[in-house]
Amino acid sequence: MRRLWIGLTCVVFALLLGAPVVRIAIGAWSEGWEGFRHGLTRPEALHALGMTALIVVVVTVVNTAFGVLFSLYLVRAAWLRERMKRLLNSIVDLPFAVSPVIGGLMIVLLLGPETALGAMLERGGIQIAYALPGMILATLFVTFPLVIREVMPVLQEIGSQQEEAASTLGAYGWTTFWRVTWPSIRWSVVYGVVLTVARALGEFGAVLVVSGNIMFKTQTATTLVYQDVENFNLASANAVALVLAAGSVGLLLLMEWAKSRREG
Amino acid sequence: MSSTLQSRWWSWGFRSAVMLYFILLIVFPILGIYGYSLSAGLAAFTENITEPLAWKAVLLTVKLAFVSTMINVLIGTMAGWVLIRYRFPGRGLLNSLVDLPFALPTAVAGLMILLLLGPQSVVGQWAEQLGFSILFHQPAIVIAMVFVTFPFVIRAVQPLLEEMDGSEEEAAYTMGATKAKTFVRVILPAMLPGIASGAMLAFSRALAEFGAVVLVAGNIPGKTLIASVYIFGEIESDNITGATAVSVVLLTFSLLILWLVNYLQSRRKGV
Repeated sequence: MRRLWIGLTCVVFALLLGAPVVRIAIGAWSEGWEGFRHGLTRPEALHALGMTALIVVVVTVVNTAFGVLFSLYLVRAAWLRERMKRLLNSIVDLPFAVSPVIGGLMIVLLLGPETALGAMLERGGIQIAYALPGMILATLFVTFPLVIREVMPVLQEIGSQQEEAASTLGAYGWTTFWRVTWPSIRWSVVYGVVLTVARALGEFGAVLVVSGNIMFKTQTATTLVYQDVENFNLASANAVALVLAAGSVGLLLLMEWAKSRREG
Repeated sequence: MSSTLQSRWWSWGFRSAVMLYFILLIVFPILGIYGYSLSAGLAAFTENITEPLAWKAVLLTVKLAFVSTMINVLIGTMAGWVLIRYRFPGRGLLNSLVDLPFALPTAVAGLMILLLLGPQSVVGQWAEQLGFSILFHQPAIVIAMVFVTFPFVIRAVQPLLEEMDGSEEEAAYTMGATKAKTFVRVILPAMLPGIASGAMLAFSRALAEFGAVVLVAGNIPGKTLIASVYIFGEIESDNITGATAVSVVLLTFSLLILWLVNYLQSRRKGV
């Protein structure tokens, strides 16, 4: 019986998770090293990877800072009523429930060139939809809950006694945070950051809608893969996809490491 | 005195900045989409949503998401059980592989499935000989959905199995219950809350999935066009009101599921 279940689980993992990864690794080499290199060093691929990197960096920095602050407020702040906190807490999860396409649509609806706000900004020379700011906004939206969901439980668990002790002894807010709070939430923040990077790296639906997928302008790595597949340019799609897949496997290892540090 | 005043200013600044960010980024857009879809009146909204293709896309999405959730309940319960209860070589590796679908970009997942099931592949040719096709048909959509929602049930079941102490199980054995009976009567009920919340999360994720599905579905209106791809198509063809109407239906569905999960979890913690 035991053998059967273990075997069955291994088969499921191999078919569902193993086979696709192996297939994409083989596919990227289907036209040899030259094909792989060409797929990656095409100017549009370099530009798309650069866009993705830029978005990942901006989104991760912003959402980590706001995420940590927001979790601190949601758990500790005395100026928020308990009921208010509970309401805010349930709203945090909303981006998980929203289809990425809808997330993108929201930004086009609110800040697109046809809207009042979008037209005003455009007259001021700032384009949001179909440009980099909109893509960053969309990615910020979908990755918003990730850091908060990792940090909040830890803050609740450690309680506020030590922090109160520190401030009774006369420590400033900043000192209390860095010396007392930060060491205990550190690894959860790292875990949340890795999740955010992974999600920002792979965001597709929201970015596709918001960016308009314009080559050399608003194309990211994932939307380039999509366009390559639509154009039956599978070998090139594979090369970019392999880089993305390798990136996410690397992030997966980081996740495991952060998890073990957090529990250890 | 002046330093306390300064620090109060600072903390006010931080508070307002964080709250403003939250409201502008999360609350405002979601309200915006509801507002926009109803701005043309209820009649226009119902007209958009009763459009046969839109309606079919929503129904198809719900149906396929349900099928893939059921598959994930079976696989996830089994895998969660095996990974916690059995020790075997490679267990650690499998356990870290579980999160792969979360780490992998969905467009890459779609491409992988496309390559694996395509007409040139072994699976594709084999299916063709048997007289049915997978790619660009409903089975491919289900496979894509199962792939992206794979971790949910496993990750929800595992902590419950870890928490469980062996005493009830041992009691069942001592009283002469068979292994199968113990599983159904003792272990399964303990796993049930995890299975339920994992399944609901998987269902809502499957409803919303876009990247993996758009590449493998073929997107034939009325046949393999799911709701999120329908929304994308409407946006591309500049029918924004049609897109928002379907979005609102899909969004309401997901929000209800999300709140149900939160409610169940908070009730479980409260007991």
